[in-house]
Amino acid sequence: MEPGKATSTGPVVFQTRGLTKTYDQGEVQVHALRGVDLELYEGEMVVMLGASGSGKSTLLNILGGLDVPSSGEVRYRAIDLSAAGDRELTGYRREHVGFVFQFYNLIPSLTARENVAAVTEIASNPMSPEEALELVGLKSRIDHFPAQLSGGEQQRVAIARAIAKRPDVLLCDEPTGALDSATGVLVLEALEKANRETHTTTVIITHNASIAGMGDRVITLSDGNISGERHNECRQDPRTLSW
Amino acid sequence: MRGQVLAIALVIAGGVGVCVMSLVNYSSLLATRAQYYDQHEFADVFAPVKRAPRHTLQEIATLPGVARYEGRVEGAAKLEMPGFPDPVSARLVSVPPEGQPEVNRLFIRQGRLPGTGRSQEVAVIGSFAEAHELALGDQFQAIINGRRQELTVTGIVESPEFIYVIPPGGMLPDYQRYGVLWMNREALESAMDMRGAFNSLVLTLRPGHSVASAVDALDRLLDRYGATGAFGRDDQFSHRFLSDELNQLKTMATVFPLIFMSVAMFLLNVVIGRLISTQRDIVAVLKAFGYSNRQIAWHYSKLVIVIAVIGLLAGLALGLWLGRSLGELYMDYYRFPGLLFRIDPSWLLLLAVLTITVAWLGAWRAIRQAASLPPAEAMRPEGPARYRVTVVEKLLSGIRFSQPSRMIVRQLSRRPVRTLLSMSGVAMATAIVMVGNFQFDSVSLMVHTQFARVQQQDLTATFIEPVNSAALFGLQRQAGIRYAEGRRSVPARLVSGHREWRSAVTGIPSDARLQFVIDSDLQPVTLPREGLLLTDYLADELGVGPGDVLQMELLEGDRRTVNVPVAGITSEFLGVGAYMDLEALNRALGEGPLINQAMINLEPDKASEIYNRLRETPRVLGLSIRQAMLDSFYDTLARTFLTFTFFNSLMGGIIAFGVVYNTIRISLAEKGRELASLRVLGYTHNEVAHILLGEVALLLLLGIPLGWLIGQGLALMIVTAMQTELYRVPLTITTQTLGMSALVVVVSAIASGMIAWWRLKELDLVAVLKTRE
Repeated sequence: MEPGKATSTGPVVFQTRGLTKTYDQGEVQVHALRGVDLELYEGEMVVMLGASGSGKSTLLNILGGLDVPSSGEVRYRAIDLSAAGDRELTGYRREHVGFVFQFYNLIPSLTARENVAAVTEIASNPMSPEEALELVGLKSRIDHFPAQLSGGEQQRVAIARAIAKRPDVLLCDEPTGALDSATGVLVLEALEKANRETHTTTVIITHNASIAGMGDRVITLSDGNISGERHNECRQDPRTLSW
Repeated sequence: MRGQVLAIALVIAGGVGVCVMSLVNYSSLLATRAQYYDQHEFADVFAPVKRAPRHTLQEIATLPGVARYEGRVEGAAKLEMPGFPDPVSARLVSVPPEGQPEVNRLFIRQGRLPGTGRSQEVAVIGSFAEAHELALGDQFQAIINGRRQELTVTGIVESPEFIYVIPPGGMLPDYQRYGVLWMNREALESAMDMRGAFNSLVLTLRPGHSVASAVDALDRLLDRYGATGAFGRDDQFSHRFLSDELNQLKTMATVFPLIFMSVAMFLLNVVIGRLISTQRDIVAVLKAFGYSNRQIAWHYSKLVIVIAVIGLLAGLALGLWLGRSLGELYMDYYRFPGLLFRIDPSWLLLLAVLTITVAWLGAWRAIRQAASLPPAEAMRPEGPARYRVTVVEKLLSGIRFSQPSRMIVRQLSRRPVRTLLSMSGVAMATAIVMVGNFQFDSVSLMVHTQFARVQQQDLTATFIEPVNSAALFGLQRQAGIRYAEGRRSVPARLVSGHREWRSAVTGIPSDARLQFVIDSDLQPVTLPREGLLLTDYLADELGVGPGDVLQMELLEGDRRTVNVPVAGITSEFLGVGAYMDLEALNRALGEGPLINQAMINLEPDKASEIYNRLRETPRVLGLSIRQAMLDSFYDTLARTFLTFTFFNSLMGGIIAFGVVYNTIRISLAEKGRELASLRVLGYTHNEVAHILLGEVALLLLLGIPLGWLIGQGLALMIVTAMQTELYRVPLTITTQTLGMSALVVVVSAIASGMIAWWRLKELDLVAVLKTRE
């Protein structure tokens, strides 16, 4: 597989059929997803675009085993996530998924290295924390606590933490949402590099259309449905992005 | 928040509860006793004599200050209770032919007083009647002054003189083997060969008249009739015991609530502090709208006051309930006609004001912080928590910490003061449980020492009059008696300068095998040939040490006064004693080899035969069996201490629960986001619970041993406060007590841990990811 090339022809990693999700918000029923059919392929980088309330986070949470659909089916390879219980979902997250969140969610009492180690300790085939931090360019900040790191640095620690266990999928929820453009680019570079070097299926959800160019595929969500999908001939280098 | 409020309220309730309980018991017992004394004319002064003619009473009446007086005959009896093989002894007290005595009037529960001319009638004290299920009209055999009589129960009564009934030489009540009987004076006079005479004088004084001068006047007047010295209420056994108990209640009303309230203060500080830090934005908005600092402070003060009031009300209810139940327990020991349930409302008011003030003071620091927060600053979220690599990790760098373990250690070291206080809370809980339990160990050791090490005889027989020690040979020849040894106990007044003490001097043979005097290491002391051996308590009271010379006024025989040196100081847990070589004592008395007690070792299978034979022996005044004494002691003690142990464990459990539950809840609030993040990253529920509960486990691990130390200190304090003439409780703490205190704390920690475990399940993983801290 050539780095930077569209891989939508590889084996299917995720498959959803008629996925719906309904929340009760007080007296009102919110339809976050209204029947989503989707395939994600091994090694590809997908950018999911959508405005706030489009259902993109709900979809990511279901793919990541944090939430279960109200109806429909979602499969990760042979695992039926829609039928899994808490124990199976925990195991699934532990074995297969790397998460990156908008607000980093680092453990403030642990240093960069220890934050990564918190995940590698429970993984079956991890890289070393040092290796993971080197991959995101933070080797020199390895013994710093989150409070001693900038927002961008914290997010890169979070990426290192996500990729260190060599996950099968990397799910990123607004990874640049809390960062300025220049810092955001650094973070996206780290994600791009990780995808390129580890061939991990990567899903980035964002409301920021400027990011779309770096994906192999761009899926647009609105009002709980997939409203558009396009393939990029060539992935854009994150360094050329700005917003 | 609701759980935390309740947990704090519970701790406050615990403190208020103990306080109210102790106050209720204190005032109820005090009021009950005062009313009882007042209505039944309890004597102010007691004067035992050998034999004084009744006409002396006319002189007594003219003594200054005397209000009422009663010349009585007292005696001892050996009883044979149907279906009860053990020796039973009784104290006999006369009632006048005309009915109720002038002084120490009886409370008649049932029936009537023994009537004139009916020699066989007796009124029986309630405790004895209950122990033997005696009803009016029941009969039993008694040997009084060597003569067998059949007695008939005509009344069941109580007396202010015998609120606390214990056999002579005993320490705790033995209702089955010792009772008090009242007989008509004429009957008792003739039974005791005391016609026209009395051997016990009790009197009340007019208000404001000094007891000391009445005692002096009586001693002068009654000296020629073989007075052994008059004494006031303060030296009266039952009164004294009750007073000691009341003092202990007073201590309990202050010390325990103090511990509880300091724990509650700490919890309020932490919980309100946490609440305010989560409500910074609300504070900011309120301030932006123009609320004053004072109004903000009042807003949070109201919350504190509500918590305090919940605790106060629950504590009042708890205290009244405990007070009532404990009051009933007291009624088993103290023979009152009934318990007046009293509590002074002004004390309760004071308690309420104190509780609310203390609670508010506890939260004050947190409230002040909220009030003084500038609105713009309050609008911003609190800065990220700063952590450091802890000293512990550096010290233990050889150990590979797991990341969750690191989180625990760093969390605790980030707030050292709070950690220290939480630890102290756990320690206090441990200490409280320990204090409840150690007393049992200590009292057991005291009794074991007294009845197994110091006294090794199976049976003690007391003679009516001193007998020649040759009588022992006669005893030893009897089948069933293995060995017998004599001793002599003589009432005496020990004087050193202006200090004096009325006591008995005990003469022990130099080759004694059954009785020892022990030192502070519980080792037997060799009796000196000459001079006195004093218990440390008595030596302190008299202000003497080895080598000093005491004046010993012997109150028996020729009533000689001799000077004796103090040869040594001993340490005894029970009673106050002065010991001498038997020969030296008899020499001092100017008498031959006399004894008035025989200590006997028996063949076990011949015991009841020997009891019966000795009971029939006219010279034997009474018998006491060591094993029976021990059994009855442990019976009573176990019941009482079980109640206290339960009560203390409950209190310790409440504190432990309050501290641990709040620690966990605060920790959960502070770390919920981190824990949820870890769950998202694939940590299982149990792995995350480990982080939360590991913190508690560490607190327990540090707090419990600290509690053991504090418990030792408290125990020492209590033991020191409990040093009385009657007994000095030794300080001993068994591993069982340590284990029990740890167990109670761990169990309440587990209870709060379970709640936290369930809470963790409800963590909303998705919500956590969407919010900035």
